[in-house]
Amino acid sequence: MTAYSTLRFDAARCTGCGDCMTACAVAKTGSDDPGRSRLRVLPGNTPGTWEAAVCRQCGDPRCVSFCPAAALAKDPETGTVEWDGAKCVNCLLCTVGCAYAGIAFDAAAGHVAKCDHCGGNPACAAACGEGALEWMTTARIYNEVGQDEDLFVPGLAGCQGCNTEIVMRHAMRRIGPDCVLATPPGCVPGMGSVGYNGMTGTKVPVFHPLLTNAASMLAGVRRAHKRQGRDVLAVALAGDGGASDVGFQSLSGAAERGEEILFIVIDNEGYMNTGMQRSSCTPFGAWTSTTPVGERGRGKTQDAKNLPLIMVMHECDYVATASTAFMEDFYAKLDRAIAAARHGFAYLHVYSPCTTGWRFPAEKNIEVARRAVECNFVTLWEFTPEAGLRFTRDPDRPRPLADYLSALGKFRHLGADQVGHLERHLAENVKRLRGLAREPAAA
Amino acid sequence: MHSHYLILGASHAALSAVAAIRMADTDNALTVVAKEPHLPYSPTVLPYVVSGRSDPARIALADEAWFGERKVDVLRGTGVAGVDPVLRRVRLADGRELFYDKLLVATGARPFVPPVPGLSALPFHVLRTLDDALALREAARGARRALVLGAGLIGSHAAENLAKAGLEVTVVEREPRMLPAYFDARAAAIIERRFAEHGVRVLTGATVRTAERAAEGCRLGVENGAGWEALEADLLVVGAGVVPATDFLAGTRMDGNRGIPVDDDMAAAEGIWAAGDCARVASFYGGPPVVGGILPDAVQQGRVAGQAMAGDPGRKPYAGAIPLNTYTFFGHQAVSVGVQDLPGAETHRCGDPAAGRDLKVVTRDGRLAGIFGIDWPFDGGVMWELILRRVDLAPVMDRFLADPQDTARTLMSKLWR
Ligand SMILES: Cc1cc2nc3c(=O)[nH]c(=O)nc-3n(C[C@H](O)[C@H](O)[C@H](O)COP(=O)(O)OP(=O)(O)OC[C@H]3O[C@@H](n4cnc5c(N)ncnc54)[C@H](O)[C@@H]3O)c2cc1C
Repeated sequence: MTAYSTLRFDAARCTGCGDCMTACAVAKTGSDDPGRSRLRVLPGNTPGTWEAAVCRQCGDPRCVSFCPAAALAKDPETGTVEWDGAKCVNCLLCTVGCAYAGIAFDAAAGHVAKCDHCGGNPACAAACGEGALEWMTTARIYNEVGQDEDLFVPGLAGCQGCNTEIVMRHAMRRIGPDCVLATPPGCVPGMGSVGYNGMTGTKVPVFHPLLTNAASMLAGVRRAHKRQGRDVLAVALAGDGGASDVGFQSLSGAAERGEEILFIVIDNEGYMNTGMQRSSCTPFGAWTSTTPVGERGRGKTQDAKNLPLIMVMHECDYVATASTAFMEDFYAKLDRAIAAARHGFAYLHVYSPCTTGWRFPAEKNIEVARRAVECNFVTLWEFTPEAGLRFTRDPDRPRPLADYLSALGKFRHLGADQVGHLERHLAENVKRLRGLAREPAAA
Repeated sequence: MHSHYLILGASHAALSAVAAIRMADTDNALTVVAKEPHLPYSPTVLPYVVSGRSDPARIALADEAWFGERKVDVLRGTGVAGVDPVLRRVRLADGRELFYDKLLVATGARPFVPPVPGLSALPFHVLRTLDDALALREAARGARRALVLGAGLIGSHAAENLAKAGLEVTVVEREPRMLPAYFDARAAAIIERRFAEHGVRVLTGATVRTAERAAEGCRLGVENGAGWEALEADLLVVGAGVVPATDFLAGTRMDGNRGIPVDDDMAAAEGIWAAGDCARVASFYGGPPVVGGILPDAVQQGRVAGQAMAGDPGRKPYAGAIPLNTYTFFGHQAVSVGVQDLPGAETHRCGDPAAGRDLKVVTRDGRLAGIFGIDWPFDGGVMWELILRRVDLAPVMDRFLADPQDTARTLMSKLWR
């Protein structure tokens, strides 16, 4: 399976200005007649709404199957359905194959015409000032990692839409099989990675330490292998509860000693596996089963502990935060963390929205993860002792916090005072990080 | 030899089935039996091979690499001679025997030669295989006058190309108009006029009664409403329709030349499926089953058959045949989707026949049943989908009739989101 860059049309943002069509016509035919555009923006049935007809570069393109002259083909490299004018016989059967009007007869040209993504830099998207047409390129990372083996078995028993499962599978794909994995109590072992009845759900050596001793056991595992001359990566996939509360002692100790460990914390802001209790990473105001909302209770009354920043203060060889809504960033950090764990303590903190415990629809997981970052509820940065702290995504001009809070059931009860508190706290957080950052944020 | 999947034929229906099978089952052995020595090609491209527009070396729909990637064994150059559905065994013309678990018959159709006395004794051309096309191209070079029997798609394409090659061409069609399966009298008249403008004589409502050798080549006795006429030519092309190419099923329950009856999984019998021009399928509009005989249907049916054979859980049953076609002639475009008439249907008509433009829209209960245009822009594929989904056009009917293309595009854009 290959993932391709693609044009995305967001009907909600379209104003029907037609700039995209003019740009397309100019780029493809040299004429500025929008009628010659290969992309058609059309007034919707409700006034003020807009629709688009454009080639979707289908995975299993019917225009190609319907072409009797072998003039259409999907390019396996780019994913674009390419038209070969030298082979085309102008029979128009391709237009019968397309239910999107993605290929149509261009009377002025005297043959069919279709979108070719302008070779990877579509003029229409560049011309759209509204963000309604976007050239999405993020999928490239999946082509690369799609080749790597998934080191968990299929059918782990995570909740529907579980983000933690995504983090685990991606992280282990990159880490590869030469490792020993520790999964202290939490959702990671809970969904079956350590297995049942003597069967394991993980395709690498895995063990299930106590909440308290994951880091110290891994320290021993790494040292023992090293003594035998074997470079086996010591990896933890731990929850935020275990890491920030009862497991913190061994974590802090291992980090301070500079043990060669890759410690990945999957932060779903509480003990979601055991019934959604609060942890020290649960944010202010959030509902959990132990910070209930009722006559008097209004959710958690303390702010979340900033665990990744605390790890920075340990001067670890590598510390970073990541989100599954920003996969390329996540993978870049994974690579650096894996490298660092061969000479010191590497700590990766990945935010993981929990559909069950945070109360939002399963299909919204990545959207929630994205909004968390766009609203600065979560900031993306990395730290090394040499380079200091660096934002990997600019926290300037965040989206309104309400966009994030309103998406989650666990914040539904918040009063204006609580929202104000959260806003102040987040602003404070960004300010503190800025103070630590040595260089300007990446673009 | 044994193959889990065995596919007879190597054209649209077969290739589409191969792709569908391999989506769901990458492992079990798959063998394709192709009668012709060539790489797979489309019969639809053949008129363009005759005219020289298509290079026969560049028309392959799939090459060795395509089959290799899909782990398909291709037996080329030998046809199927018999099928034993009880033993699940196929006999090839060269005597080899193949056993299968699941068999797809996708052998398409062969030309129908009308039972005109004397015809079979004459040298004539048909157009179904690449070899036919190469022979006709060669014959056209030396010929002066051509007679084409049949003004369906094959005959019409052949006539146009022969005229463009400089021949004096006469077309004889038994029905009262050209392309009777796809266009009504008013639309066909526009097409017929274009043929006349380009010097092609089209005799409709005319039946060939006799055929004999003549000094030049052949002489046909043609009867029309007005009487008899003798036509002579040095090149005779028979494009009088097709019959399913299923002779090798003689003696089985699927015998006969009316197409192999199949259900909505394209299943014909225990362990046997059929798709494309050789299958008899349900019509989308109800009524008696039909043999579609068009390329889009061969692709769709091949896909359904492949999915059913591989047990693909995501498969959707075949929705029923909807006649549709595109026809380009002398630089003009005709598109036909759906049926000309249904009980209780309404017909909306506009256009400018004098200028050669025409649009006919057939609706029933606010739903599209058919749309037919000449040099009138609309997207056949979008219209097909509107029919298949029985989309209610009532709220936008006026707009649809005024501007079918953009109105339908708007509807589809919304439906797909
Ligand atoms: C000149 C012409 C113009 C056309 N124009 C159009 C058009 O404009 N639009 C449209 O929709 N359709 C058109 N068609 C029809 C279209 O080509 C067919 O509907 C389509 O090709 C059917 O595909 P199929 O796979 O069912 O069969 P076919 O394409 O006929 O393929 C049959 C395959 O089976 C093989 N075969 C046959 N007998 C045997 C045997 N005994 N053993 C093994 N293999 C065998 C053949 O070699 C071939 O590979 C046209 C056809 C012709 C001839």
